[in-house]
Amino acid sequence: MTWFLDHRAEVFDLAVRHLYLAGVPLLIGLLLALPLGWLARRFRPLYPPLIIGTGLLYTIPSLALFILMPGFIGTRILDPVNVLIAMTIYTIALLVRTVADGLGAVPGDVNQAATAMGYGRVARFFKVELPLAVPVISAGLRVAAVSNVSIVSVAAIIGVAQLGSLFTDGFSRSFLDPIVVGIIACVVLALLLDVVIVAATWLLTPWQRAGKVRT
Amino acid sequence: MIRFDGVSKHYPDGTVAVDHLSLEAPTGQITVLVGPSGCGKTTSLRMVNRMIEPTSGRIWIDDQDTASMDAAQLRRGIGYVIQHAGLFPHKTIIDNVATVPLLLGERKATARARAMELLERVGLPTSFAGRYPSQLSGGQQQRVGVARALAADPPVMLMDEPFSAVDPIVREQLQDEFLRLQQELGKTILFVTHDIDEAIKLGDQVAVLRVGGTLAQLAAPSYLLAHPIDDFVADFVGRDRGYRALSFQSTPELPIRQEPTVQIGATPEQVRQATADGWVLVTEDDRPLGWVEPSRIDRDLQPQMVHRGGTVATVSGPLRNALDAALSSPSRRGVIVDDDGRLLGTVRAHEVLTAIEEVERPAVHAEDLQPVEPPS
Repeated sequence: MTWFLDHRAEVFDLAVRHLYLAGVPLLIGLLLALPLGWLARRFRPLYPPLIIGTGLLYTIPSLALFILMPGFIGTRILDPVNVLIAMTIYTIALLVRTVADGLGAVPGDVNQAATAMGYGRVARFFKVELPLAVPVISAGLRVAAVSNVSIVSVAAIIGVAQLGSLFTDGFSRSFLDPIVVGIIACVVLALLLDVVIVAATWLLTPWQRAGKVRT
Repeated sequence: MIRFDGVSKHYPDGTVAVDHLSLEAPTGQITVLVGPSGCGKTTSLRMVNRMIEPTSGRIWIDDQDTASMDAAQLRRGIGYVIQHAGLFPHKTIIDNVATVPLLLGERKATARARAMELLERVGLPTSFAGRYPSQLSGGQQQRVGVARALAADPPVMLMDEPFSAVDPIVREQLQDEFLRLQQELGKTILFVTHDIDEAIKLGDQVAVLRVGGTLAQLAAPSYLLAHPIDDFVADFVGRDRGYRALSFQSTPELPIRQEPTVQIGATPEQVRQATADGWVLVTEDDRPLGWVEPSRIDRDLQPQMVHRGGTVATVSGPLRNALDAALSSPSRRGVIVDDDGRLLGTVRAHEVLTAIEEVERPAVHAEDLQPVEPPS
């Protein structure tokens, strides 16, 4: 506790970096997963390769990905961009299936009605399919958020500072306090992201809260 | 007018859904496509608004070839109602109804005002406007579906089994209201159902389709029942078609007899004096309630003592109802009321049958005596 009080500013700074490294890829990954998930639904033969392919990305060990990234995109080994891109890949890995299944869960007669009303394909996606897929996508996004917060900490090993740095620091000095504080901070951060996602979902899905009223 | 001109739909796997279909749905009338599963009725319907593109042939709406129009524009000009209503679960009722006007670029306030009118028109309280579809019953959702299809006032409507997914009582209500609405609106309607009773009730003309998507017969319902063109149509329209055809013959001069009546609250003595035979009719404010057996009445007449098994026929209604009233009545005397539901008297089944025998059956069209070769 005393250690935390003495290092408040430092922990806070690490937490902000951690949030940045976990949160930004979450948004970018979501934006990229939307068209990929749509493609997987729209063109059935693409579904298995897209879902299996993106799913496999998740099995690449994060440390390996962090280390290999500069080789692929020519960045410096310590550049945080490596971590951002790697985390985006993990987010996509988790979300493409979610988006595809979320779009797939839109009832067939609703889609049919939308087409028959005269929605164009793009308008139908944004006005009907996507809003209805929000609950499913949101569930996937919550998993991805927690996963990102956890995986990002590994980046401390390649020297990109965030809450994971508290683990390496504590480990190298055989000092428990920063490790405990790091774990607690990670949990708080994960909860924070979760609350944001749940709140956004709540705002986007008023129809889900509509209770049964009968006259 | 919707006109199918040699329309076929073949799928790459060799399935023929619709085969050289030619028919015309006249302006302002209901044309019902009916047939067993696999007869291509829904496919035919969806080819009109190009949800499915025909393999060959043309479909015209008035003098416009639908293939030459932009698909989305075409669809916005055609009302569409489907089985489970297909309402947008994430939109309120009012926004569901306003969908097409908004797509057509109408101002939100105008579109919503019109949507409100339509809710009332299909028999829903305007307090439903802010609700979501999941908060409505199946029948109510289907009404919203109809309101949504009518919102942009399209001259043409496509309806794909719109009343099949609701229970029989609600279905009958919806059908009756639909007919009333159509009387006011006079839309050109193409209506798909697998239920021949529904087809006969709603259609100005009925097209019976065969498996494989060919037209077996196109005729007015009464004609279809009287003169099915072949065994397939005869089987499909059903065994009791003679009885059902009575639905189209309105009651001629039935010999309606005065019926002695008693009121609720009558003493056993009054009930017994009212009639010489085993049953007496109970009325309230001139309206028939049902029958009682005087021999079983041992105290003043209460509503729960009334036998309500008999149906009631309106004097201007079809003969089928008059016959049914006589057959279902415990006294064998069918209750006939005027258009306001006031008692006129009773008829007996044999009297209705005599009236039926005096009614002419629809004459056979000469061309229907020649079997039509299905196009090869």
